[in-house]
Amino acid sequence: MTVVSVHGLGKSFAGIAAADGMDFDVENGEIFGLVGPDGAGKTTVMRMLAGVMRPDRGSIVIDGIDVLADPEAAKQHLSYMPQRFGLYEDLTVDENIRFYADLFEVSRKLRAERTGPLLAASNMEPFRARLAGQLSGGMKQKLGLICALIHTPRILLLDEPTTGVDPVSRRDFWRILYGLREQGVTILISTAYLDEAERCTRLALLHHGRQRYCDTPERLKAMMPGTLVSFTSRQARAVRDALEGQPGVLGLLLYGDGVRALLDDAAKRVPGLMARLASAGLDSEPPRPAEPGIEDLFVALLKDEES
Amino acid sequence: MWQRLMRMLVKELLQLKRDRWARFHLIVPPLVQMLIFGYAATFEVYHVGTVVLDRDNSQESRELLSRFSFSDRFRVVRIAHTDAEVAEAIDHDDAALAIVIDAGFAQTLRKGQPAPLQVIVDGTNSNTALLALGYLNLIVERYSSDYLADSLVRAQAAGPVQQPVRVEIQQRPWYNPDFNGRWFFVPGVVGSLTLVLVVSLTAIAIVREREVGTLEQLMVTPIRNYEYILGKTVPFFLIGLAEVCLVALFGSLWFGVPFVGNPFILLLGTVLFLFSTLGIGLLVSTTARTQQQAFATNFLVLNPMFTLSGFSFPIASMPQALQWLTYLDPLRYYLVVIRATFLKGVGLDLLWPDMLGMGVLGLVLLTVSVLRFKKSLD
Repeated sequence: MTVVSVHGLGKSFAGIAAADGMDFDVENGEIFGLVGPDGAGKTTVMRMLAGVMRPDRGSIVIDGIDVLADPEAAKQHLSYMPQRFGLYEDLTVDENIRFYADLFEVSRKLRAERTGPLLAASNMEPFRARLAGQLSGGMKQKLGLICALIHTPRILLLDEPTTGVDPVSRRDFWRILYGLREQGVTILISTAYLDEAERCTRLALLHHGRQRYCDTPERLKAMMPGTLVSFTSRQARAVRDALEGQPGVLGLLLYGDGVRALLDDAAKRVPGLMARLASAGLDSEPPRPAEPGIEDLFVALLKDEES
Repeated sequence: MWQRLMRMLVKELLQLKRDRWARFHLIVPPLVQMLIFGYAATFEVYHVGTVVLDRDNSQESRELLSRFSFSDRFRVVRIAHTDAEVAEAIDHDDAALAIVIDAGFAQTLRKGQPAPLQVIVDGTNSNTALLALGYLNLIVERYSSDYLADSLVRAQAAGPVQQPVRVEIQQRPWYNPDFNGRWFFVPGVVGSLTLVLVVSLTAIAIVREREVGTLEQLMVTPIRNYEYILGKTVPFFLIGLAEVCLVALFGSLWFGVPFVGNPFILLLGTVLFLFSTLGIGLLVSTTARTQQQAFATNFLVLNPMFTLSGFSFPIASMPQALQWLTYLDPLRYYLVVIRATFLKGVGLDLLWPDMLGMGVLGLVLLTVSVLRFKKSLD
């Protein structure tokens, strides 16, 4: 069942498109990622989905409700966590939760039932009486998530929720997201971290305000032109320099234990490249095929587009 | 709706309770300002520095000058002997007024002719100069009539004389028999302090939410515009009421300003006045994106309102165009209401136009700002 449907969505500021040609459908229970570098238009799309910014073009339907026609009705179905911590720093954790529960008209009884598990799942129980302003960055984001979840929305919009968050809190955060997914909550998350992108069921890659590709991480990786191989060497830098500009080499990425090379045709090119390394006096095992990550893909796809 | 509204109110009050800066600023500075205004803001003139030059040195001239020495309106700071000394005293700001009696003063008087008295006044501060001249006139007039009476008594001893006819002024100052300037200022301070406080608090409170990002989070909740605005303004309405009570009580107890009117009429006026001040605060908040902008706009809005309110400058003396402009100033109406209830004790039969003025202004301002307030980021 499609719960979020976006078509031809666009928004311009002072004549410059901050987002354009956004087209995607999100199914129930997905974790859908909007992935791209800073300035790709992720926040603009999120704000339009949340109904706090009016699009110039296109349509958004959330849970069967046309967001442009009736943004207030859509708000009962979704929850939005802006990139910047938007809770009251001079209120305590408990008071913030109570505030958002009352705004969504959650009854006192339901609030009590939901607050406990949410606090427990995020390891926030000991900090209930602490002022939000005195929480660490990661705890603030978890509090934001709790406040966003107190009215059990069907759709959760998270704008770069883990930016600047420590690894432990980030892991907690994702564990909560997986738990929500099991409960049937649909999650739209924007991120600039490509390792997080791999955790999503499907991704839309955004660049310069435009949507480039949209598919599952696996299928996106399959779109990778050519094959990825990895040369293991202790002289990684020298290996990269030696392979630079060789025929058939589409891209090179330096890793800790060697170099990853994107080749147009591995079988045809590898012998020549090995010879090249040998003549440069560099020892290397024959390259092994490598599993591409989203990062490799992103770099390759955007490079492909520019050329 | 009630759940959301009540929670908004509880939240605002909690935040206010935690905000030590705000708690301090709501109580101490208003009282300090009341004290400063009560003591410093007075148009009365005392101890005007005076230099005298007596070229006559007669019994008459000394008698006239001694009246200045005994008056607490004037203080003789120097006895000059030349014109240059007089000029120097005024140039150096030692004196604001010079009294010069030329030789022959007494002789002319004795002949029964009008004797000239030269008065030089420093017109830099025109207000003080005019008031000082007024007091000087009083003293000289008193002297003249005493002199006349004396010579009449002497003349009557010689034979019957016709009394000169005179018009005598009998003053009956109502409401403030001693012309105590504080009685005029203290109620005015209550109004102007409340205006500044409520407008800035309201504007800043909303703009701060926009600036720190809490408003963006609120926008995605089902909270309605009017719920948010009520939640933001009702606390400041209550604060405004408390502030009026605090400052008015303090001012009238400390300075002994009488309150002869009906407190409920003042309460009604205060409520209407607060509506318009909240409206102004909201309107400012819809035009500003940052707290700095709100501060700047507040300053631009509040200063003219203060000047045009009749707090210190009489509206009747303003050019006609500015007089019309004063009708847009809620403080103008409130000052009428608060002064009238404090000092005159008049009722609604006379104050209704001012109540109506504030009511209409408040309604228009609140409507415009609620319409302008958008629950979105564009």
